[in-house]
Amino acid sequence: MLEVRNLHARIGDKEILRGINLTIKDGETHAIMGPNGSGKSTLSAVLVGNPLYEVTEGEAWFNGKNLLEMKPEDRAHEGLFLSFQYPVEIPGVAMSQFLKAAVNEKRKYQGLPELKANEFLKLMREKQKIVQLDNKLANRSVNEGFSGGEKKRNEIFQMAMLEPKLSILDETDSGLDVDAMRIVAEGVNMLKTPETSCIVITHYDRLLDMIRPDVVHVLYQGRIVKTAGPELAQEIQENGYDWIKTEISNE
Amino acid sequence: MISHANSEQQYIDLYRECRGIICEYSSDVMNAQRDAAFERFTTNGFPSQKVERYKYTDIQKLMAPNYGLNLKRLDIPVDPYAAFHCDVPNLSTMLYFVVNDGVYKGEKIEVRGERIPYTPKMPEGVMVGSLKEFSSQPVLSALIASRYNQLAAKDQDAITDLNTMLAQDGLLVYVPKNVVVEKTLQVINILRSDVDLMVNRRVLIIAEAGAEVKLLFCDHTADDRRFLTTQVIEVFAGENAKVELYCMEETHAKNVRLSNVYVHQERSSRVHHHVITLHNGVTRNKLDLTLAGEGAECNLVGCVIADIQQHVDNNTLVIHETPHCSSRELYKYVLDEQATGAFAGRVYVAPDAQQTASQMTNQNLIATREARMFTQPMLEIYADDVKCAHGSTVGQLNDAALFYMRQRGIPEREARTLLQLAFINETIDQIDLVPLRDRLHYLVEKRFRGELNKCTGCKLCR
Repeated sequence: MLEVRNLHARIGDKEILRGINLTIKDGETHAIMGPNGSGKSTLSAVLVGNPLYEVTEGEAWFNGKNLLEMKPEDRAHEGLFLSFQYPVEIPGVAMSQFLKAAVNEKRKYQGLPELKANEFLKLMREKQKIVQLDNKLANRSVNEGFSGGEKKRNEIFQMAMLEPKLSILDETDSGLDVDAMRIVAEGVNMLKTPETSCIVITHYDRLLDMIRPDVVHVLYQGRIVKTAGPELAQEIQENGYDWIKTEISNE
Repeated sequence: MISHANSEQQYIDLYRECRGIICEYSSDVMNAQRDAAFERFTTNGFPSQKVERYKYTDIQKLMAPNYGLNLKRLDIPVDPYAAFHCDVPNLSTMLYFVVNDGVYKGEKIEVRGERIPYTPKMPEGVMVGSLKEFSSQPVLSALIASRYNQLAAKDQDAITDLNTMLAQDGLLVYVPKNVVVEKTLQVINILRSDVDLMVNRRVLIIAEAGAEVKLLFCDHTADDRRFLTTQVIEVFAGENAKVELYCMEETHAKNVRLSNVYVHQERSSRVHHHVITLHNGVTRNKLDLTLAGEGAECNLVGCVIADIQQHVDNNTLVIHETPHCSSRELYKYVLDEQATGAFAGRVYVAPDAQQTASQMTNQNLIATREARMFTQPMLEIYADDVKCAHGSTVGQLNDAALFYMRQRGIPEREARTLLQLAFINETIDQIDLVPLRDRLHYLVEKRFRGELNKCTGCKLCR
């Protein structure tokens, strides 16, 4: 699914990623944890091609294609999806209009005919149920005036509409109450197939109790410094990151 | 630099030489105003850019070229119904064509394959047609004389005075007391000529007490020629009257439009004025509106989309003369490439105009480093119990929103278009006329996608 080798990236003069190596196989769920400022969000931003970040070294392959050479929109068409930590409000652009453009652009890329209006509406209604968003959503502007929980549920709804191969959830649990987190996690699990993979970026093991990762990585100072099974999340929850930092400085 | 300081001289000479012909082909009511306008024009000349309200458009330069005029009112062969398709069709409107400055009278249209004479059905007493002809008829001449040039003359504006000097015809819309015209009057102004042409168009709109009327003016150019149009529109909205005036411009790069609109509102009247610039060369729209009776309200909306070297300057003055009036202004511009935009709005609140509510907003999107926007919102308040606000922004598209859309698979170009549409749609959503609103949503989208077929056969703009 995804193969990242020695990835370096910076914003302005500041180097943030300093050699990331990461391999994700079809059907796997990986969690990425790490203290604030370690580069988790940068990694997701670089993978989806945010122009604010500059890749200085390394490579990233997505299902055999060179990810770093693709435009952000083409990465999306290839099946890469980011659930934003801070979903952007777009006043004046209705959800239905926005998603219709997104879905049909992807279909165009795949050589499929555009969805007809009624087919599209049907698809929307179907997918809204997954995250319990109501029907009025279609006419509202993208994320405008949405509560924190609605915004995050809306991200998962978009994920359901676009059916990505690899989804990156960037702190999708932040700012969510217990119920909303359950809805989001159930949504993600429902969309899971043996062919799709997922990267979950989080600070807490609560979400990982609901979305079970196969592998847990710890990102620190722009590198993956520790990789283990799900039990690592539990350990971090109890003991924090200091012991890992100590381990590194001893090496 | 070439000096254009004396560009008024050719118009002074023209008037001296041709006064007889101008008057011969016009009406007494219109002729009665000419000499005084000529006096003012000769004294004042064209404003330089040092004059506050002409800061952003160089009138002297625009008026310098030598255009032809059709003073003898020679018929220009045209069949607008055959040659021209307006972009706002099927509005179920009452349709009028104005070719240059005269109301088109070859009134035949095709209905179910048959050519029949065209006479829009009007409610009793409503008069729509040639200003020259109506002002020559005994029934209306006194009324027209009492209104014609009354608002305009006071302004001491060179463009207006020039128009009064030279205008020979135009359009009259008269709606008597308490008459409601349900259907929209759509007036398609077509500029048509085989030589470069100056056109002086005049419009007088009188809505008596309790009258209601909706007007849509669509300005088009039908030839690749250079056109210079001066236009003066005077609007009288009587007590409780409601006037909606939509002015849409879809001309070409060699067109110069200088439009001055004067509005006078009596007690509890409502005026909605919407000015839309989709395609143009150089455009200056000036609006002077007076809220002269208590409880009157106006809603002024402007929507500008400009690229290449287009120039659009909207200049408004709203005078709150009496208490309890409200005015709202929303002007939005999207400027691309080397386009220039200007908005200067002034709201004046007189000492007695307590309980005034006024809101002026100008927002602008600049797509390139070369595009320029000048914005100048002004408030002048002499009353102490008012609620007035004004604001202006100039900015670029939101990068975060743009990237968010691209991450969802929407290509950059499409994402930009959607964001620009979202921005400008706020103005279009204020149009009460639903078919026009829908149509404009469509037209604006086409405009942003570069698919708008401006004028049949015209290759000037692209």
